[in-house]
Amino acid sequence: MEFEAVIGLEVHAQLQTESKIFCACSAKFGAEPNGNTCPVCTGMPGVLPVLNRKAVECAVRTALATSCAVQRRSVFARKNYFYPDMPKAYQISQYELPLALRGHLDIEVGGATRRIGITRIHMEEDAGKLVHEGEFAGAQASLADLNRCSVPLMEIVSEPDLRTPEEGGSYLRTLRDILVYLEVCDGNMEEGSFRCDANVSVRPVGQAALGTKAELKNMNSFRNVERALEYEIRRQIEIVEDGGKVAQETRLWDAGAGVTVSMRRKEEAHDYRYFPDPDLLPLIVEEAWVEELKRTIPELPAAKVARLAARYGIPRYDAGILASSRALADFFEAASAAFPGSPKTTANECVHWKDAILAGRLAPETIAHAVSDREAGTISATASKKLVERVLETGRPFRTLRDEMGLTQLSDTSALDAIVDKVIASCPKEVESYRGGKAGLLSFFVGQVMKESRGKANPKVVQEVLRKKLE
Amino acid sequence: MAQAPIHEWTLLEAARKVREKEISSRELTAAILERIDRLDPKVNSYVTVLPERAASQAAACDEEQARGSLRGPLHGVPVGLKDIFCTRGVRTTCGSRILHNFDPPYDAAVAETVRAAGAVLLGKHNMDEFAMGSSTETSHFGPSRNPWDLSRIPGGSSGGTAAAVSAGMCFAGVGTDTGGSIRQPASLCGVVGMNQAGPVTRTVADAAALLGVIAGYDRRDSTCVDVPVPDYLAAASRPVAGLRVGLPKEYFEGGGLSPDVKKAVERALAGLTGQGATVVEVSLPHTSFALSTYYLIAPAEASSNLARYDGVRYGHRAEGASGVVEMMSRTRAEGFGAEVKRRVMIGTYALSAGYYEAFYGKAQKVRTLIRRDFDAAFSKADVLLTPTAPTPAFRLGEKTGDPLTMYLSDIFTIPCNLAGIPGISVPCGLSAEGLPIGAQLLSNHFREETLFSAAGAVERAIRLPRVAPVEG
Ligand SMILES: [Zn+2]
Repeated sequence: MEFEAVIGLEVHAQLQTESKIFCACSAKFGAEPNGNTCPVCTGMPGVLPVLNRKAVECAVRTALATSCAVQRRSVFARKNYFYPDMPKAYQISQYELPLALRGHLDIEVGGATRRIGITRIHMEEDAGKLVHEGEFAGAQASLADLNRCSVPLMEIVSEPDLRTPEEGGSYLRTLRDILVYLEVCDGNMEEGSFRCDANVSVRPVGQAALGTKAELKNMNSFRNVERALEYEIRRQIEIVEDGGKVAQETRLWDAGAGVTVSMRRKEEAHDYRYFPDPDLLPLIVEEAWVEELKRTIPELPAAKVARLAARYGIPRYDAGILASSRALADFFEAASAAFPGSPKTTANECVHWKDAILAGRLAPETIAHAVSDREAGTISATASKKLVERVLETGRPFRTLRDEMGLTQLSDTSALDAIVDKVIASCPKEVESYRGGKAGLLSFFVGQVMKESRGKANPKVVQEVLRKKLE
Repeated sequence: MAQAPIHEWTLLEAARKVREKEISSRELTAAILERIDRLDPKVNSYVTVLPERAASQAAACDEEQARGSLRGPLHGVPVGLKDIFCTRGVRTTCGSRILHNFDPPYDAAVAETVRAAGAVLLGKHNMDEFAMGSSTETSHFGPSRNPWDLSRIPGGSSGGTAAAVSAGMCFAGVGTDTGGSIRQPASLCGVVGMNQAGPVTRTVADAAALLGVIAGYDRRDSTCVDVPVPDYLAAASRPVAGLRVGLPKEYFEGGGLSPDVKKAVERALAGLTGQGATVVEVSLPHTSFALSTYYLIAPAEASSNLARYDGVRYGHRAEGASGVVEMMSRTRAEGFGAEVKRRVMIGTYALSAGYYEAFYGKAQKVRTLIRRDFDAAFSKADVLLTPTAPTPAFRLGEKTGDPLTMYLSDIFTIPCNLAGIPGISVPCGLSAEGLPIGAQLLSNHFREETLFSAAGAVERAIRLPRVAPVEG
């Protein structure tokens, strides 16, 4: 029997705000334990939450970029459960009435485009974390770091439209690129600002009913998500093929062992006793604000790839690399504007110097100058590379360095004449052979001229001069 | 005319006398501290008294005044706060064992505002544990007693505040009222109490002045509305000629209302009509559902609000537990009293999967109906007049064994809070046994001025002793 997998993904993305979702504490990663806390986010008696407008703005922009319908009225609810890193013993989250509903995302797998539905986007606060002394083995105490408490998150829930691990990976990458483009999330999986849980079930191909699903947690890289999905799908198919039943449960991905392991069964599931948080009024998102935010949505990655490829005549693959970062694509376009002559070379250069460009260490003019000088034959490819490196070292302008370092190519025939004459005079045997029909020796003469000019001669011009003189 | 003893001065008198240097804040504070020292062992209206802190605050006020500066309208006047308000560095227990050792590192907005207005903090008033109760008998620190009759309860949950104000152990107090927790004890102790922002005072003018200080926008509370604060004090002496007083008939039917209370409220009405107010009959048909609605919504929210008291970060922690789950459950078992546990269980049940719609969801719908009742009533009347509590103060222990009867104490005060409108209780008479009785006045949203005018009129019509005869 042939099986197919049914996969839905729940992404938790940390919103890029200065402060937390319900208080003024910094939401930055990496502060000393409990350094970013106050009575509100540590759930002290008598305190009240106040919603961060910037967080709502981030979530609304995400909703607009994924074609979701932004709800005019949404409601924050309390999800009640006891856990030592949850100071209020409830998490404020949106439940019945979330911020946005019914959107979609187009992903590409194997050259084909698939549309994946988005069920909902809602906002919530993060919990803190527990640090176990000695991390489990012989742990004597557990310490709570509440810095992450009330860090703003948005949860993006997909429809169970994904069928393969590759599709899952593509969905996540596409989604992350969009969030990073929107500047609503930094997309950092290692620091936990972009996290993913997966719901996975399998069923015989052709069957409409869904199989029993398992929830996968703890996958902290794209690669791990794909590996975990692969493993879990295989595991479930094997169970079904052996005549067994898949248990509804939560499973953790153990990246070291490459397996998923059971964490808790459905029977132990919590009753979260959701109800609207009486401390927060319903969130009303005015239509005018949504319209205003619509205008702030930048060109998104997929559209950017298509436009770059069409407008500059560069391969889609190159356009894809450039568009993987909004800053890199912007840099490419600025460099191309400064020198429109050879977009393909400009694109190659941008990809080559990607790290330096993203670190903000290169100006678009530098690449424009490097490409235009090369196209004009003023410098060689080797010299161009050397010069860009010098720009990075010294921060001085490309063309100043070029002139100072004497890396300008000798393209002037009159200046090359003397060198060519000298080379011809010093190699009478080779000259004879060449004239006798050994055309392949031309590159030998070019080499000699290059050597004599200490690399400065323009090889194209040298060839022409040599041909003329040897004839 | 003989000068009234210090503890009988009103808040406004005390503030004026300090301002005009008839008395120093130090003397004023010392006089009240001395009274607390002498009487509070009988009344138990304070959980925490702060003699040194209050004395040094008073001294600081005097020094500032000597240099020509006054902090605010309450400069140098000693007041108390219900022990539900967090006070920086001052023990804040909520009447519970679970917070018996809790010193908050921050001030509640009210504590900040009252201090900024120049008031001296005498201490923290006793209360029903986590404001759950109608008699101050559920406090971990023992019940407060009614200064009019020490064998009786002062009401609750702001019973300590009402008792302290009534007995002259502070010039004013601030309490909280989610279901009647200020107005019911105010009625039972013969003082003025208001549900909005919590003033408890001995006169209507004092309540207006105190509300003027503590009302206003709190940017830390998202449910707070940013509207200008009117001159409540001026409203308290405004004439009531032409004011339409509505009598909701449901509040005067049924057997629970004591004849003494009924008679006293009728006298309050006569006082109002005597000053030119007119009477209209109104109906609040969903009144009979208010109590059950409240006792679903309030415990549901409380079960969630109280979940933070788990022994992990502050407060009481059970000793010797193995593992965090056992630590949490034992901490809560030891830390909470019976009434709190009862409500946590009711609330947890009402919110649990499968019951939410039948209980919490339905209660919210009824709440909307109750709100509409009031909207309709206020299309006919400017202010509603009702009894505050069905009976005068009952005896200690009389209702502790029967929670449902206890809950009935708040039957007249709850609907107004469910509708979110302002209400005030003003003394309007004494029972045959000499126990105070209060009349409740209700107005529409942001119509506190009307409320103060009507309450002022009742106060002018019915003269009663200012301070409870606690000294016998
Ligand atoms: Zn905070």
